[in-house]
Amino acid sequence: MTYLHNIGSYFLMIAEMFRKPTKWTVMKQLILKDIDDLIIGSLGIVAFIAFFVGGVVTIQTALNITNPLIPKYLVGFATRQSIVLEFAPTFISIIMAGKVGSFITSSIGTMRVTEQIDALEVMGINSLNYLVFPKFISLMLYPFVISIAMFLGIIGGMAACVYGGFSSLEDYIIGIQTEFIPFHIVYAFIKTFVFAFILATIPSFHGYYMKGGALEVGKASTTSFVWTSVVIILLNYFLTQMLLST
Amino acid sequence: MIEVKDLHKSFGEAHILKGITTSFEKGKTNLIIGQSGSGKTVFLKCLLGLFDYEKGAIEYDGKIFSKLSDDEKRNLRAKIGMVFQGSALFDSMTIAENVMFPLRMFTKHSKSEMQDRVDFALQRVNLEGAHNKMPSEASGGMQKRVAIARAIVNNPKYLFCDEPNSGLDPKTAIVIDNLIQEITDEYQITTVINSHDMNSVMEIGEKIVFLKDGLKAWEGSNKTIFKTDNEVVTDFVYSSNLFKKVREMYLKDYK
Ligand SMILES: Nc1ncnc2c1ncn2[C@@H]1O[C@H](COP(=O)(O)OP(=O)(O)OP(=O)(O)O)[C@@H](O)[C@H]1O
Ligand SMILES: [Mg+2]
Repeated sequence: MTYLHNIGSYFLMIAEMFRKPTKWTVMKQLILKDIDDLIIGSLGIVAFIAFFVGGVVTIQTALNITNPLIPKYLVGFATRQSIVLEFAPTFISIIMAGKVGSFITSSIGTMRVTEQIDALEVMGINSLNYLVFPKFISLMLYPFVISIAMFLGIIGGMAACVYGGFSSLEDYIIGIQTEFIPFHIVYAFIKTFVFAFILATIPSFHGYYMKGGALEVGKASTTSFVWTSVVIILLNYFLTQMLLST
Repeated sequence: MIEVKDLHKSFGEAHILKGITTSFEKGKTNLIIGQSGSGKTVFLKCLLGLFDYEKGAIEYDGKIFSKLSDDEKRNLRAKIGMVFQGSALFDSMTIAENVMFPLRMFTKHSKSEMQDRVDFALQRVNLEGAHNKMPSEASGGMQKRVAIARAIVNNPKYLFCDEPNSGLDPKTAIVIDNLIQEITDEYQITTVINSHDMNSVMEIGEKIVFLKDGLKAWEGSNKTIFKTDNEVVTDFVYSSNLFKKVREMYLKDYK
């Protein structure tokens, strides 16, 4: 029952978020601040993880291709496929659920327990629009983060490949260009937009509707991370089934 | 004027407000007093529509609050100033930005006009020069005063204060009390104040509602509170030794 109730409130929250918009001059600043916190602030860790995991994916692939009949360029091909299709959109989103998600939950949750949300409501401000909408808009730039992750993942793979001596630079470059299917990029970015929406709304939901004090803010962040990841993984499954299998 | 009719509020099994009927008058400082835990904050939050209640009605100048549409509620609330018990300052903004917030949201003043209003409000709560501090860098009493400045900066029609002078030294507390009374009178605001401070009761208790165990135990003003025989009230009023002494001296003088 409570699950159904929560799912209901979640969708009501999303509808409410678009109502009675905050004054644009104020909203503009909120969006810029959230772009800084959520997008710019995540670039460092995303770049770091993408580069090194890209490298590891390449090493693993290369080490597991022991059959001499398999051409060397397949290392590049396999790296590109895993990074573009899964690693960048999904894996990075799970990391973002931890980083951005817990930030959103704890900052909105703190505003809840210190009555700042009540203060907004008492002034006649739609607090959901004020708090969640700017996060939703700034996360529309999330595909930009994922593009960087894709690029650096492939570069990381290339570095690992060449420095580890698994194949030549030429082979790797041939590999990452082999059998390129443009729809795979479309698929990856559809996922990215869906995950961006999840990353903005589920953590906000957990922060906004939390009850209690500082201790509960911590608990809410954890719950929020769990649910955001679960929903991302499930949607990933359904979207892949829907978009890629014929 | 705000009228409250038979207000009931529970949290689960706990029946906190058990049918309160009273009214708060325009241009006067209306006090709600009572012991800690008597339901003052819950009552105030029901008035503001922050809590749903099971039964009863609240009328703002004749309009039943619960019957207003969401947009009408928000328009009404734009005319409300509220000081929360814990100040509830926006901790991502400086003190000046906090005070300017209602102006930025609801007025079309130019930047410099807003700045002037903010300066004026901060000066009235004795906080000149604190503009650029963050709330976390201000003391509890300063935060309270910033919250008051934020509540009054946009000339509200209704002003609610949940213990505006708890945590303040006696001198500042009186300054704040007088400030609230002044602007209430000047702008004909309907002001409702939660308090358990006897000084405030004496200074600004133009109308007093006494809550006990979720019921209105007594109603009157600072003119009548020291004369009443109502035991619940005398028990509360003379719980401090100072007031006991004052009363003994007073009674002696009159014998
Ligand atoms: N959100 C809530 N959920 C459950 N019970 C609550 C909630 N808020 C208040 N109560 C209960 O309602 C009662 C009245 O609390 P309230 O905060 O109104 O007291 P108060 O008169 O404002 O006290 P104080 O002077 O200490 O501020 C208390 O018993 C409290 O436990
Ligand atoms: Mg209280």
